[in-house]
Order: sequence, then structure tokens, then C-alpha cells
Amino acid sequence: MADIKAPVERPLSPHLFIYKPMLTMLMSIAHRITGLGLYFGTLLLAWWLLAAATGPSAYAGIGTFMSSFFGRVILFGYTWALMHHMLGGIRHLMWDNGRGFGAREREWLAIASLVGSISLTVIIWLLGYLFAGGSR
Amino acid sequence: MAVGRMSTPLSRVRGLGTARSGTEAFWRQRLTAVANVPLTIAFVFIVISLLGRNHAAVVQILGAPLIAVILMLFILSITAHMRIGMQVIIEDYVHDEGTKLVLIMANTFFAVAVAFACAFALLMLSFKV
Repeated sequence: MADIKAPVERPLSPHLFIYKPMLTMLMSIAHRITGLGLYFGTLLLAWWLLAAATGPSAYAGIGTFMSSFFGRVILFGYTWALMHHMLGGIRHLMWDNGRGFGAREREWLAIASLVGSISLTVIIWLLGYLFAGGSR
Repeated sequence: MAVGRMSTPLSRVRGLGTARSGTEAFWRQRLTAVANVPLTIAFVFIVISLLGRNHAAVVQILGAPLIAVILMLFILSITAHMRIGMQVIIEDYVHDEGTKLVLIMANTFFAVAVAFACAFALLMLSFKV
């Protein structure tokens, strides 16, 4: 017990920045970052619902912020994050079932989730501008 | 198998060893993920239908039982899901035990606070206004 040896300097496994960035890897990182963004984005959801429950002036306050340029940028990013995380999540559920692990499938899923999330975001915003307010 | 000889029959059946817990978080993350998909789609449509409307109309729609129930389920599912997700992130990147413990607690407080704030607002919209 007396002679405790100093820990041996062992080689470390190569970390993220060693590798050439690949689409599947970027989509994996994007899944985590969008999840992180959505986590704090729930504060907007809470603010919105509490403002609606509080009264017309509080609701007008969040309306002014959200319809400003900065507010719209945040909402657009939030929409994309939500869609991307949703599609990425569906991809993960496929993987959980042991499907979609092939080289070509992996690449296809990565591209599909990116193209899909951008398309859905654009469609949602088009619908938003088309049907904003509906029949008042 | 060393585990078998010193453990009780019950702990052997559970098969969790000294970790005391198993795949609950993993399973709950998948369960809420599946629930989140239709609930998120419904949420997006609800938000679109509310765009540009005045406060009275928004209150009326958000207070409708079907909308309120869908939004309540959405909030409970996403906050449960995000709590597990954030804990995974914390466990991945924070290696100091004390900091990790504090962050995991803060994460739970945040998720529960958001869930209750949203749920409370929805109940107010349904019953008070």
C-alpha cells in the first residue's frame, strides 16, 4: 500500500476537432444545440401563456416584442429549431429500432432532416403570413 | 457471477446492480419524444391560428377544453423531455461533482417551474377568464 505509483501517461482518444466535419456529425451536434435552444425557448412559451392569462395589456406587450424584427428572428429560429429537433428525434427513434444505420441511409437521413426542417419552417411561416388572424 | 451470490433474489430480478436505477430515463426520453411529435404539430397549428388575433379571441381559443388539454399535454411532455435532455448534456460536459449536482438540481427546478407556470396560465385561461 505504501508505494502508490504515479498514473501512467496514456494516450487519449482523438476528440471531436480531430475529425473532418461530416454532415451526420454536424446533424448530431445540431440536434443537441437545437434541443438546448428549445429548452430556454420554453421561457417564451411561458411568457406568452402567462401574458394571455394576465390581460390585454400584458398580451399586447409580448405581441409588440414578437412582431418586432428581433422578435421575428427569434421566432423564426425557434420554429426551425423545433422542426429540426423533431425530425432529428424521429431519426433517433428509427435508429432505436435498429433501422437506418447503413452508410447511404445515414447520409440520406442527415440531408433529409436538414432539408425537411428548412422546408417545414418556410411552410409554417408562409401559413402564418397567409392565415394570420384568420377571420377576426 | 459475483452479483448473484451476495444479492437478494429481488435485486437479482431487477438486474440493476449498484447503480440502483436502469433505463428509466432512456425510456421516458423515448416515450415523451413519441408524444412530442403529434403534440408539436398540434401546437404549431394552434399558434398559427392565433397569430394576429386580439386578446379576447386568443383567450377564448386557448380556454377551449380541447385546445387547453392539447397544450397542457404538450407542456408536460416537452418539459419532461427537456429535463432529461439537459441532464444528459450536464452529465456529458460537467465533471466536477459539486457543480454537476447543483446544475442537475437547477435543471429540475427550471423544467418544473416552466411546466407549472404554463399549466397555471392555461388553467387561468380555462377557468377564470
